Amino acid sequence: MYTFVTGPLAWLAFGIFFIGLIVRIVLYMKGLNWKMDRVSYRVNTVYGIKGAIRSVVSWLIPFGTGGWKTHPVFTIITFVFHLSLLISAVFLPAHNYILNQKWGISLFTIPEAVGDLLAMLVMGAVVMFIIRRLVLPEVRIITTAYDYLILFIAVAPFITGFIAYHQIFEYKLWIILHILSGEFLLIAIPFTKLSHFVLFFMSRIQIGMDFGIKRGGMKGSGLTW
Amino acid sequence: MAEGTLCNKKPVNTEEELKALMSDTGGKVYYQELEELEVDTTALWANIQKTLKSRLKTWLEICVHCGMCADSCFFYLANNKDPEQVPSYKIQSTLGEMVKRKGKVDNEFMRMAMDTAWAKCTACNRCGMYCPFGIDMGVMFGYLRGLCFSQGFIPWEMKIGSGMHRIYRAQMDVTTEDWVDTVEFEEEGIQDEYKDMSIPVDKENADIMYTLNAREAKHYPEDITDAAILFNLAGENWTVPSVGWEQTSLSMFAGDWEACKMQAETVYGAMDKLKPKRMVGTECGHAYRATVIEGPYWVGLESGKTPVESLHYVEWVAEALRTGKLKLDPSKKIKEPVTLQDSCNYVRNGGLGKVTREIMSYIAEDFREMTPCKEHNFCCGGGGGLNGIGRYHKQRNIGLKVKMDQVLATGCKLVIAPCHNCWDAIRDMAKIYKLDIRWTFLKPILIDMAIVPDKFKLDDDDED
Repeated sequence: MYTFVTGPLAWLAFGIFFIGLIVRIVLYMKGLNWKMDRVSYRVNTVYGIKGAIRSVVSWLIPFGTGGWKTHPVFTIITFVFHLSLLISAVFLPAHNYILNQKWGISLFTIPEAVGDLLAMLVMGAVVMFIIRRLVLPEVRIITTAYDYLILFIAVAPFITGFIAYHQIFEYKLWIILHILSGEFLLIAIPFTKLSHFVLFFMSRIQIGMDFGIKRGGMKGSGLTW
Repeated sequence: MAEGTLCNKKPVNTEEELKALMSDTGGKVYYQELEELEVDTTALWANIQKTLKSRLKTWLEICVHCGMCADSCFFYLANNKDPEQVPSYKIQSTLGEMVKRKGKVDNEFMRMAMDTAWAKCTACNRCGMYCPFGIDMGVMFGYLRGLCFSQGFIPWEMKIGSGMHRIYRAQMDVTTEDWVDTVEFEEEGIQDEYKDMSIPVDKENADIMYTLNAREAKHYPEDITDAAILFNLAGENWTVPSVGWEQTSLSMFAGDWEACKMQAETVYGAMDKLKPKRMVGTECGHAYRATVIEGPYWVGLESGKTPVESLHYVEWVAEALRTGKLKLDPSKKIKEPVTLQDSCNYVRNGGLGKVTREIMSYIAEDFREMTPCKEHNFCCGGGGGLNGIGRYHKQRNIGLKVKMDQVLATGCKLVIAPCHNCWDAIRDMAKIYKLDIRWTFLKPILIDMAIVPDKFKLDDDDED
């Protein structure tokens, strides 16, 4: 079972993940329409690129925008969640060990204790997200079951990984559950709202080009997000 | 198919239809017919499939329902944080639902969508600045208005406005003769007060072609006079076209894209005919948005630019003051505290926040910013056509409270509002909430402060 989930199934999951995301990017770009979107992407491209960079970079910096500044607590939770998730997924020693075994590549790794901490931060952040959805009226009204499902898909590898690592229950079972939930997450990304993995960038680039080209960018006063 | 005589899917294209619609005071019959108007779900879905491209589709899909847009919306704030005013909720429950149901929606749903698209969003685009994904719900509501228009679900005044543009190429029934008569009349008025001032009509190859808002021609001709005096004082080689003088577009508020195109083409036609170096438009936010920002796209100009360079009035004023074409008497600078209303359409959506501040530095000694301001400003409360829709006056009046609090917090009694819509909203706000404030366009205060060169002064014998 272990060889199957780390072998063919892993190939499949990574394949769907990467190809799926490329397809999402291509489809997004193909669906852009200068006339319908009312943005001259191809003519005033330089202004567009400037606006796009500004739009993406500002929002990647904690408290870099008016939006982040108005919601300090949510901003911290959001950045902690996303950074912890990405760093632990990519740089965990155990992940790189498998990567090295299977494909002979290995990246920089973080100490295991840090990985453990990051997993706890991810789980903690998800708890906060859930509380937010339940408590704040402005979030509750737009929350659907799908939103909880997405949170569950994202956090499942961390719960199972934490249980396996600390051998709280039977290791053999939980490590397989961990791998399966991780693969499920990879597959789910291109097909769900989790596609914001790449579509965040596409959408931010588009609106950045919109403001950079059409809505004031060419007047020289750079927009402060 | 249940179509009313006044309320139906057919846009108004003749004077007769327009008169019938206008004689229905307050849209009484119109709104009764609206209750029965059938939805052509096949056409609606076909329309959506044809026009809903990846940008909007992605916005609808990836919204993670985080709620960060909530307090970016002045309607949400003005309505005591009513969750139903959260922008994400407003668009998901209307456009989102319409797409989910593949256009299979009924009359009641369409009326709800209409009430949301016009009375709960002024398309100020502020939420787009506060969404981490850059989801601009103002853009989506603009799109939704277009869908509503195609099905005949639009407020009575919007149907009239769209019809006006289709028939007169102006938002009000001002014909070419009316317009030229008005200009001639105003020109005589100016000549009673100044020497050698004129309003040249249809002059070719001028430096500036001036375009304006039809209500100036219809109800506020002094605005035309003011613009003319200032152009003359600045020594500009300018003109107004006899056709293509109207810069506004109620059709944009109505979601009537066909009429939007007609209107923009008319102005661009005047540019082609008169070949001015530049166009300058009046102190109006949506006029600039429609004719200069969006217009090129409706007409199909891939450059995204108007045939000749086009300026908002504030850009011209800043330039005239900077270059010294227009000289102000420094002793007449406004002494009292004064604040400035940023129009969403040319500040957030046009990048003109800096030039307006430049103007303030010439005219005010104690200029106080509202908080927030510039691109982050709040809508006046009456944008997107809302000022003019009787059905939604209650909602509009509640929405005004956010701007009122902003104005009062500055401690200023004078608000400069270089936008017709903002000017109206602030006027109504002062009246409804009994505020001790005054509001003004730039033109009248510039005229009060301008130094008049001797050559324009009437000889003593000319004066009584």
